[in-house]
Amino acid sequence: MTHPNARARTTRNRAGALLALALTLMGLLALPTAAHAAEDDPYRISGNVQLEGEPLEGVELTVDGPGGEQTVETDASGQWSVGVPERNADYTVTLNEETLPEGIAVIDETGEDTSPNVREVTVGPGGRVTTNFFIGEGERNTTSFIDQLLERLVNGVNFGLMLALAAIGLSLVYGTTGISNFAHGEMVTFGALIALLFAVGLSLPLLVAVPLAVIVSGAFGYAMDAGLWRPLRRKGLGVVQLMIVSIGLSLALRYIFQMFVGGGTLQLPNPLSGVIPLPGSIVLTWMDLLSMVISVVVIIVFALWLTRSRIGRATRAVSDNPSLAAASGIDVDAIVRIVWILAASLAGLSGVLWAYFRPGIKWDMGSSILLLLFAAVVLGGLGTALGALVGSLIVGILVETTSLFGVPDDLKYVGALVVLILILLLRPQGILGRKERVG
Amino acid sequence: MDFGQILSNTLSQILSPTTLGFALAAIGLSIHFGFAGLLNMGVAGFMAVGAYGFAISILTFGLPWWAAALVGFVLAAVFALILGIPTLRLRGDYLAIVTIAAAEVVRLLFLSTAYKDVTGSADGLFGFQAEFRAANPLPQGTYGFGPWTYTSDQWWVIIIGLALTAVAVLFTWSLMRSPWGRVIKGIREDEDAVRSLGKNVFSFKMQALVIGGVIIAAGGIVTAMGTNVNPNVYVTSQTFFIWTALLLGGAATIFGPVLGAVLFWVVRAFLSNLLPALVDAGLLPFLSREQAQQSVFVLIGVALMLLIIFRPQGILGNKKELSFVR
Repeated sequence: MTHPNARARTTRNRAGALLALALTLMGLLALPTAAHAAEDDPYRISGNVQLEGEPLEGVELTVDGPGGEQTVETDASGQWSVGVPERNADYTVTLNEETLPEGIAVIDETGEDTSPNVREVTVGPGGRVTTNFFIGEGERNTTSFIDQLLERLVNGVNFGLMLALAAIGLSLVYGTTGISNFAHGEMVTFGALIALLFAVGLSLPLLVAVPLAVIVSGAFGYAMDAGLWRPLRRKGLGVVQLMIVSIGLSLALRYIFQMFVGGGTLQLPNPLSGVIPLPGSIVLTWMDLLSMVISVVVIIVFALWLTRSRIGRATRAVSDNPSLAAASGIDVDAIVRIVWILAASLAGLSGVLWAYFRPGIKWDMGSSILLLLFAAVVLGGLGTALGALVGSLIVGILVETTSLFGVPDDLKYVGALVVLILILLLRPQGILGRKERVG
Repeated sequence: MDFGQILSNTLSQILSPTTLGFALAAIGLSIHFGFAGLLNMGVAGFMAVGAYGFAISILTFGLPWWAAALVGFVLAAVFALILGIPTLRLRGDYLAIVTIAAAEVVRLLFLSTAYKDVTGSADGLFGFQAEFRAANPLPQGTYGFGPWTYTSDQWWVIIIGLALTAVAVLFTWSLMRSPWGRVIKGIREDEDAVRSLGKNVFSFKMQALVIGGVIIAAGGIVTAMGTNVNPNVYVTSQTFFIWTALLLGGAATIFGPVLGAVLFWVVRAFLSNLLPALVDAGLLPFLSREQAQQSVFVLIGVALMLLIIFRPQGILGNKKELSFVR
């Protein structure tokens, strides 16, 4: 970086020579061009200040380093940013704790820093750096590893059960129709949005709103089957075409949702946000517990239905081999319709629970877990319902616990996706899948 | 409502680096899906690998721009190998799920604050084009006519993009009329038949995956040359848009991907200019400007569904060339 001009000139000549070979445009090429001003935007330090996901406005930060000291305040979305004149340089960012609301402070994530509100940041070659402050109740985080692991495991099981509700439907739809349904994430979002409509828009009590949302989701599943998938089956579309149709449907639905609710995060009323008094450091709200209980009950009922009832057994028969099922007198079309309704209801319920787990409702909340759903389904074995449950639990626990082992928090989904790729290498039929040729 | 402006914005989109990047990505995808029948849903991942390989090579390692582009190509080839080894022996939909997952892994890695010194995290990377622009043989100034008036820096990107697109089209054309291309198309039609002829199907598929992947990465690099590199671009929607462009033009055709990419962007630019203007003029009273913008994406989704249902071979295609329509 010492002689940028000299280097730029030699490489320019070299590149120019290459180009003269490649295109025969040009005796002109040797003409010197006016040196392009290498004026980049000013380099930038930015970040955001949030308290448990809620932006904090008007927090004052001081940035000191080459170019002098600057003071900046966070805006309404908790974000701040300052331009700085140099890159490859160190700056000190200080968050003025006096400007924080009463009783809260910057939390020290590492447990070693005595002044977590002061940060050293380096503006790298990219010219931009982000530093986020974690604000909390002003207490130090000193939980032991075992306690943290326990807490994450509980969270992981909760998340996994919620995933399972959606994954079972995805897996059944795949099994009975062969569709890799990329619009399944939107079915999850749909449930949450309908719950929002009933609970907030029409101010119904949750006990009414959530079951209604599940029912409307089921109706949505029926409508999709009757309006789209059944005609396409009649038309004889191949599975690849059906998959691409589901991709188009997913895009369309997702942006329709955004047209209705915008890009922000909306909250369902939560009457059960109290924390259950538990030994150790496990933080579990009553809503988390209720969510897990609902998931477990629904999954057990569903499993019983699938294994004991006539229609459930017929569903498994269709999932196993549609032609054979049809030949033995099962109405495949009716079974597929039931599967769509059930899959959509389960996805809708999972969306409501996901809205409490995240927390919040967003237009793309469903598509953000779509790949985790696929990972869960593939992990358990494509097309098997029980496999989807096991796969979901593994994915849920994996997502929640990987950050304990040094994986940065924003990469927590990556672990699950890498496991998905690895499982295909080692055991492509999935954990519970039957051994058969899938190539 | 200024129709002249809307028309001009629309037409100038034809030559934008984004369109050229899309065209290249669609050509690469046509080798994957159209000719070899591989369901690559990780197009955005290949583009991201190319674009970031290019930008990081320049910013972090100080390579000259052409070497940086080569790094992008090599990384895309490696990415293709990594994806292909576990999945190419499996059924097609597994490749779809694994590639879409891998593309998301790539995006999350680039987005993570853990590597922000190198990747720029959510801000992406910028300011890496200086040396590329310095290699611009065109004198400074503004050239062109009508909607196609660009600065010499922009023309430089356009020339490189057009040249790469032309090379990719020629390359695909000659590949597909070679014996290699016949084997590839044979695999698409009936894998077992080709295997019974003693061909190593896995190896052929892998070659197709690598070649297509490198062309897709070229699309990412051309886009990066024109604008900044930002992780929010390389989301799964980007993959789906490129699929839409490819299917629009014709998946198993030589010129289809280019035509599809141009049409996709022309229509998209037209609607994104027209609909908000209609809202401003009070002709769409039930929509806000933002909703009008979002409705463009709804229309893209619906268009993708209608295309694949009613004309899966695209504008230029021949239905006989499509083994996935059975």
